[in-house]
Amino acid sequence: MKFTVNWLKEHLATDATATEIAEKLTAIGLEVENVDDRGATLAPFTVAHVLTAEQHPNADKLRLCTVDAGDGAPYQVVCGAPNARAGLKVVFARMGTTIPVNGMVLKPTAIRGVDSQGMMCSMREMGLGEDHDGIIELPQDAPVGAPFATILGLDDAVIDIAVTPNRQDCLGVAGIARDLAAAGLGTVKTPAIAKIPGTFPCPVSVTLTDEVKDGPCPIFTGRLIKGVKNGPSPAWLKNRLEAVGLRPISILVDITNLITYDRARPLHVFDAAKLSGGIHVRFGREGETVEGLDGKTHDVDGATIIIADDAGALGLGGIVGGVPSSVSEATVDVFVESAHFDPNVIAATGRRTGVQSDARHRFERGVDPKSALDGLELATRLILDLCGGAPSEVVVAGAFPADFPDQTFRPFRVEKLTGLEVPESEMQRILEKLGFGVTSTTMPWTVTVPSWRRDIEGEADLVEEIARITGLDKLPVEPMPSTSVVPVPALSPAQKRNRLSRRLLATRGMVETVNYSFIPESHAAAFGWSDPALKVANPISVEMAVMRPHLVPSLAAAAVRNAARGNTDLALFEVSGTYHGIAPKDQKTIAGGLRTGYTAPRQWQGGRRPVDVFDAKADVFALLAELGAPIANLTVAAEAPAWAHPGQSGAVKLGPKTVLATFGALHPRVARLLDLEGPAVFFEVDLDAIPAAKARASKEKGPLVLSDFQAVSRDFAFLADDTVSAENLMRAVRGADKVLITDVSVFDLYRGQGVPEGKVSVAVAIRLEPKDRTLSEQDIEAVSAKIVAAVAKATGATLRG
Amino acid sequence: MSNLNGLEAEVLAAVDAARDLAALDEVRVSALGKKGRITDLMKTLGTMAPDERKAFGAAVNQVKDRIAEAIAARKTTLEDEALEARLATERVDVTLPIAHQPAGRIHPVTQVTEECIEIFGAMGFSLAEGPDIEDDEHNFTALNFPPGHPAREMHDTFFLPPNATGEKVLLRTHTSPVQIRTMKGKTPPIRVIAPGRTYRCDSDQTHTPMFHQIEALVIDKDIHMGHLKATIEHFAAAFFEVEQVKIRFRPSFFPFTEPSAEVDIGCARSKDSIRIGQGDDWLEIMGCGMVHPNVIRNCGLDPDEWQGFAFGMGLDRIAMLKYGIPDLRAFFESDLRWLRHYGFAALDLPTLGGGLSR
Repeated sequence: MKFTVNWLKEHLATDATATEIAEKLTAIGLEVENVDDRGATLAPFTVAHVLTAEQHPNADKLRLCTVDAGDGAPYQVVCGAPNARAGLKVVFARMGTTIPVNGMVLKPTAIRGVDSQGMMCSMREMGLGEDHDGIIELPQDAPVGAPFATILGLDDAVIDIAVTPNRQDCLGVAGIARDLAAAGLGTVKTPAIAKIPGTFPCPVSVTLTDEVKDGPCPIFTGRLIKGVKNGPSPAWLKNRLEAVGLRPISILVDITNLITYDRARPLHVFDAAKLSGGIHVRFGREGETVEGLDGKTHDVDGATIIIADDAGALGLGGIVGGVPSSVSEATVDVFVESAHFDPNVIAATGRRTGVQSDARHRFERGVDPKSALDGLELATRLILDLCGGAPSEVVVAGAFPADFPDQTFRPFRVEKLTGLEVPESEMQRILEKLGFGVTSTTMPWTVTVPSWRRDIEGEADLVEEIARITGLDKLPVEPMPSTSVVPVPALSPAQKRNRLSRRLLATRGMVETVNYSFIPESHAAAFGWSDPALKVANPISVEMAVMRPHLVPSLAAAAVRNAARGNTDLALFEVSGTYHGIAPKDQKTIAGGLRTGYTAPRQWQGGRRPVDVFDAKADVFALLAELGAPIANLTVAAEAPAWAHPGQSGAVKLGPKTVLATFGALHPRVARLLDLEGPAVFFEVDLDAIPAAKARASKEKGPLVLSDFQAVSRDFAFLADDTVSAENLMRAVRGADKVLITDVSVFDLYRGQGVPEGKVSVAVAIRLEPKDRTLSEQDIEAVSAKIVAAVAKATGATLRG
Repeated sequence: MSNLNGLEAEVLAAVDAARDLAALDEVRVSALGKKGRITDLMKTLGTMAPDERKAFGAAVNQVKDRIAEAIAARKTTLEDEALEARLATERVDVTLPIAHQPAGRIHPVTQVTEECIEIFGAMGFSLAEGPDIEDDEHNFTALNFPPGHPAREMHDTFFLPPNATGEKVLLRTHTSPVQIRTMKGKTPPIRVIAPGRTYRCDSDQTHTPMFHQIEALVIDKDIHMGHLKATIEHFAAAFFEVEQVKIRFRPSFFPFTEPSAEVDIGCARSKDSIRIGQGDDWLEIMGCGMVHPNVIRNCGLDPDEWQGFAFGMGLDRIAMLKYGIPDLRAFFESDLRWLRHYGFAALDLPTLGGGLSR
């Protein structure tokens, strides 16, 4: 909402400067977005009198002038303007002044060997237009030394404020003045609106249908003004509208726009000659259209309020008028409309049609219904003054909606809610200045609500009014009572896991990314998405269409972008949500990672290799171990998601059903779809699926039990079928003697000469830790035999000869 | 005797002349070995008269000791020489570059989230959570946004298809729905923060369709706006790691708070940086207010008994401010160069005891 300071001062008696006004506006919740203080920019440019103007001794087209600027000895100025002549009143800039049009600072200079001590300015140099034919010629009575902007009426600062949706009353200058006056920045002097008696009955009838009268348009007022002369608005009106960014059109239209900005009261004017029969306010009918003044044709539906005549729809009520019934320069008889429309109905139609108009903006926030008649009278006054004509009597259809209910108010709530100590008398003053009526000050107070404050719903709203006018800068600063001397942890165990997983993966050389939750539909489909409930209805682009079912597509897309910048060896991770339905429980917290390219940069020591599935598996197990998953009870199954390489991926499971993690190489087909080249391995750990650690009574770690007896290591080489899983084989080994065998590892795999086709030699190392005695050779032999038998039974593998 | 002296001199000369350990050992064997010349002399002792034997024996033993000593000394010398020679062959170029462990990074959003958790945790807040996919009820209606109110439109909501009962399903436009979930699920007093992802269909230089907010909610019997102001002041000073920051409350409007305010933080702006805690400029950092009685009522609590404050702040934004990160969009582009530059080391764990940042 833009307005000028002079416009404000028609409603507010104040000596405050634009800066003071702006500060107060922000302080009371009318946030100033910009102050265009043209007067301040132009202040250094003052009126001067050209005393003499003679030919420059060294240049034909230059003049040498002496100029009286009212501050002592005359200045000597070299000037190239053809109209520079003695006796002229001009705009003068001294040395050190910044020229608005180009930001140059005037410096003492010599032009063709003659000193010049200032400059006489053109409109263009002032940034006030393109006129560069010569220097500005001011009226002869302009006082020397005065700022020139005042003389030309250019010193009116434009203030732009952001009005929050609850404060439609401040979408008019009068409402802004009321708020400022309550805050002590002057007194309200908004001119009263006089009723203008009609000289004849209004020939245009107005009817409201019952369903419209019941709420959407409770009151519609209007009158005909006969014999007007429309045309371009006078300069003051044009200047005013242009200053706030409106385009002047014609007097009649400009008056409605003026009142919209002056009183937050939208109006509409019809050319009465173009109306057939009376005005009807009703809901629209399918198939009707309105050719709007916004240049578009709008379809009408049964929820749209239509202003119609006997022939059909004229305009969208409260939003935009129609072209065929609009006023023009030729209009002689004008019908002025001033009605009230329900905010919700206007908001719905506004959203549906997409029309952005000053009327919609106000009506959907809620115009003061009581302003309907006042607005009509004010418009009448201005039309009669500027266009002449004779007014009819006012026609009123419907009735004003009921007043807002009175509010009860307990003054102690102000301090209770805000901590501000405000005397009750001051509370009453503030409320009354804002237009509330305090009808009873016995506890609780009874407060009436003005018709322009539909945002007031209860006591808290009144508390806010008092707080904002008192000033939030006066709020006390009071620390909250402490809940415990030493802070208790803010995180739940699950939240701690999310944090730990990020730090753990970063220690493993992985780089954390944060990617959008939505991904392209084709990517989502490749990763198993099919639920239409997870497709964004109004995506910002097709790249952001579906809530991601996995983190891997996001990470892969990130890898592709990095590869395009020459970074192909990547280790990226993200700990965040994946989406499997619209219920809160359908959002999973996943720690996902993607490694691509080589494990390390090229280096003279070597040791670099392409990433493989076991890098991803190592990440998974490092993470699961760090997060306290029961590692010994986990199994790894070669169960791949469809988007993974079927032979190089697996799932880490707890029991037959719970999948804690998946890992593997991407399926080449999926990699191709994602444009991901080279080796790429992923993992995803479902953090929520990891069972919570059991709550324990103490933090004791339990005693350390050490054996005094020598531990023994033994190696075995088994000849196993290629299809035997290493995990089964190792489990068989471990199961052969669960007490004695404390560690089992695979230290070599061999295929080739000496090993039959289809077989693999698996070399296994075990560690035996006796608890009660030193192991004899026979003991070790006995365990070895059990191991060989267990492996043979479980996998069919035999000890290699 | 003179033979003995001659022999000693001869052997000692041979010891000196030994060029390596093998040659030295040969000398040792030839002198002191079973058939060595000194040993042989010892063997002749038995044939001597007792007096002669005693004198000669002592002399031979002295010679034997001196030779053994010389051999040991020579051995040490030769061993040292051999070690020197080996070490010389074992020289490497220690200026060769090492294999760097690839360093992981933590994203700035994670880092500042954890910083906030530290600070608010110390003030008695715990962490609350809510889903990204919300319904109209939690995101708007329960938060006192009337249906059709223009305030809803200010949120530029992303919608998903309606649910089975026809209710609107959307991506939460702010973290405030967590207020509702918390108040409905927990008995007051309540002191929670809720960081998380939020979504608005807006995309330009300073807006991304997804961003991060942190919500705070306090519900108690006597919590007022002065407590809110103190909380924000203390948070801002701790977070920006300055002694004091200026805070300005400007009245504003949010449907779910009453009174409502926007909070500006004092700063000094220069051409390419913003310094918090200095200067006379203001920068908006959050919206806040006292929880609206309707919201408290919507959660089944009595607003005459329970009251409190809430605020919401952009996490990406305060990360940008604190760490001088110029472009919001880059947060979500996962450019390795950006992540390495603006990211944090794995062990940069923010703590109050150890400092929030390095």
